Amino acid sequence: MILAVAEHRRGELRDVSLELITAGRQLADDVDTALHVAVIGGDVDRFAERLDRDGVDVIHTVDHGEEFNHGVYEQVTVQLVEELDPEYVLTPNSVNGLDFAPAVATKLDLPLVTDAVGLTADDGTLTVNRDMYGSKVETAVGVDADQAVVTIRGGDWAPAEGTADAEVRAFDAEVDESALGSTVTGFEAAAEGDVDISEAEFIVSIGRGIEEEENLPLIEALVEATGATLASSRPIVDNEWLPKNRQVGQSGKVVTPDVYVAIGISGAVQHVAGMKGSDTIVAINTDPNAPIFDIADYGIAGDLFEVVPELIEEFGGEVPDV
Amino acid sequence: MKVLVTVKEVREVDDEFEIEGTEIPEQYLEYDLNEWDDYAVEEGVQLQEDGVADEVVAATIGPERTEETIRMALAKGADRAVRVWDDALEDVELLDVGAKARILAEVVEEEEPDLVLTGVQAGDDAFGATGVALARKVGYEWAAVVNHLDLDADEGVAHVHRELEGGIDELTDVELPAVLTIQTGINEPRYASLRGIRQAQRKEIAEQSLGDLGLSAADVEGELELTDMYEPETESEATYFEGDAGEQAAQLADLLRDAGVVDA
Repeated sequence: MILAVAEHRRGELRDVSLELITAGRQLADDVDTALHVAVIGGDVDRFAERLDRDGVDVIHTVDHGEEFNHGVYEQVTVQLVEELDPEYVLTPNSVNGLDFAPAVATKLDLPLVTDAVGLTADDGTLTVNRDMYGSKVETAVGVDADQAVVTIRGGDWAPAEGTADAEVRAFDAEVDESALGSTVTGFEAAAEGDVDISEAEFIVSIGRGIEEEENLPLIEALVEATGATLASSRPIVDNEWLPKNRQVGQSGKVVTPDVYVAIGISGAVQHVAGMKGSDTIVAINTDPNAPIFDIADYGIAGDLFEVVPELIEEFGGEVPDV
Repeated sequence: MKVLVTVKEVREVDDEFEIEGTEIPEQYLEYDLNEWDDYAVEEGVQLQEDGVADEVVAATIGPERTEETIRMALAKGADRAVRVWDDALEDVELLDVGAKARILAEVVEEEEPDLVLTGVQAGDDAFGATGVALARKVGYEWAAVVNHLDLDADEGVAHVHRELEGGIDELTDVELPAVLTIQTGINEPRYASLRGIRQAQRKEIAEQSLGDLGLSAADVEGELELTDMYEPETESEATYFEGDAGEQAAQLADLLRDAGVVDA
């Protein structure tokens, strides 16, 4: 069987849990086996109802704790694997998935492949497709083992739909509380600050291509001339050139403006996750192979330091001296 | 308190490159200290400057060429380094998470650090799992994707923020000894000073073979094999604006006016 471990946070199943079912069902069909889903902690009965989608055979509920704790997840998943003996264990390639899946693989001495974007199984060999080198290449990784742990990338499989008639089983896990060395004490949201970019209709977003903080006035002049809302990719916020509330992406804000102009942004998957729902996407980048062009509607393969000043002048703005 | 920082020299691929089999030829590659590890090194050095850590040791798995990269960690303030390499590792195309954790576990057991810092992931193979696998291997506690660290050495607790998706931090107390995987943005990595670079030349880089660590070639073989490498299918349907910068800008300006987002 395939065992997929669902993810939830603060009372809600995360979308990737339903994507995990789709990926798990495809893999289960390849190996001609059943798909079991486990949900650990929180309101497990309510979660089980939502996880009862097409393709799910059995749902294991583990009523222990409210929120994710990697020690609990590790112990419970190890016990589930020992009890059920699945061929493959799937978890989301999320921050929490990567906080416990490697521990499960290590504890059980199983191979681990993370961040899968494709899965096929044939004659006992699992092939996992995954990116390398900042998504410049994709690879196929063959796993020569009877059992393996795989984490799957969010947003790459469609969420499972429909309603199944899965059997719900309460799994009686034994959690050794004394072995838990981490305690979650709370959650904290990034400060909202002066602007909520998720409400913006027109966003000009800047990335690593701006090179230096001293060059930011160029983009600020464009924003000024066009009335756009300024946003950025992660490196700009990491460098503290812009505050966290301007960050678009997986660990920042999800935005859906009418127009999103990505300037000097390569289009890493974490960034794309935050802006792919924009109506019209324009990319300006010197690298014609940058992944941002894959999701762009319009592209300028060129140097932002040449294009942006021209654009500012188009709208009657003043080009700063950078 | 002793801090061990694991660092990796990563391969970076030029904008224009070719693929040969399951490899990218040398002429399209550059080598650098992994970006995430740079933040881990900085965090370790700051703990030392704050008087919390007595010693910061850098550890890496890599051939002789990687000494240049590990010297960068030394130039930024690490006290000494351990570099693990072996002929048996030359032949391994894809060193998997389990193998890396087995090697680093031996280094941890020899050094007995109170805290291990490592980058969230490597920029090249991007498994993002070695730190947690290492922690489980050596029986340390751990936290993945840490973007804030407040260490209470007396209590033996690391108060950390874990950066979850969607701009939410999880606040967690982690018992020491522990492995923390460090996220970019947690600090501002310094540039090595000239003085630091000079000093780094005199710092020790101890070379260890698998045999020195009590491991054999079989321990690093792993069950993963890179069977294919290809350029991702581009689904690009982008319309490209042609011409010089002025012409391109004019076309974009028209687009923005037509979309009704700019009045000017």
